[in-house]
Amino acid sequence: MSEKKKRIAIIASKADIPGAYPPLLLATTAAAMDYEVGIFFTFFGLNLLKKKKLKKIKITPAGETAMPMPIPQIVGMLPGMTGMATLMMKSWMKKANVATLQELMDIAVESGVELIACEMTKAVMKIKDKDLIENCTPGGAATFLEFASEAEITLYI
Amino acid sequence: MSEIKIVKTLDAKNLSCPLPILRTKKAIGEIAIGEFLEVIATDPGSVADFKAWTNSTGHELADQSVDNGIYRYVIKKTK
Repeated sequence: MSEKKKRIAIIASKADIPGAYPPLLLATTAAAMDYEVGIFFTFFGLNLLKKKKLKKIKITPAGETAMPMPIPQIVGMLPGMTGMATLMMKSWMKKANVATLQELMDIAVESGVELIACEMTKAVMKIKDKDLIENCTPGGAATFLEFASEAEITLYI
Repeated sequence: MSEIKIVKTLDAKNLSCPLPILRTKKAIGEIAIGEFLEVIATDPGSVADFKAWTNSTGHELADQSVDNGIYRYVIKKTK
């Protein structure tokens, strides 16, 4: 195929359930639509590249005013509430047959999505290369910007 | 219009967005150019999504129908 592929560049900066899903959903879908896809994992988003981390991604009910749980905000901050909200959220998602984060990451890797791990974040959070999955490449702001400069779509999540 | 010969059927029922599209992408890779893939889905968003996906990839949405919440798409692999 000689025609140039469209490109999408995504910044993944969060690692809770509502922040982790959109970059991986959109990246895998874009790859299925024959886009060239790159995700820059920075700040908390870098956690998504950690080995065995995707099963442990959570949601906190504190500050999440649209959680379908009829509890006051202050209760959401109590110990154990994050775990409970996470269990509930995961069970709703499972019932709706939503892909797991690990499935999406596997598809992303399989379809050649470029996974860029922010070097600065690694240093700040003392994350070692060996903590991260093997399919990511190290990079920085300039790496992302060069990739994004030729993208039709750029998203910050 | 040439005759539609379906060589593969993908059951994407009960899957949420974007899994029907992701599975379709995989399935289309397993058939030859000119062949037809049938996809059965229940996601109401799939109507818009399959239109967008075929527009974007260039594969042809040869037929589509809905019956009692079951969506059926027939896609011709074009490349």
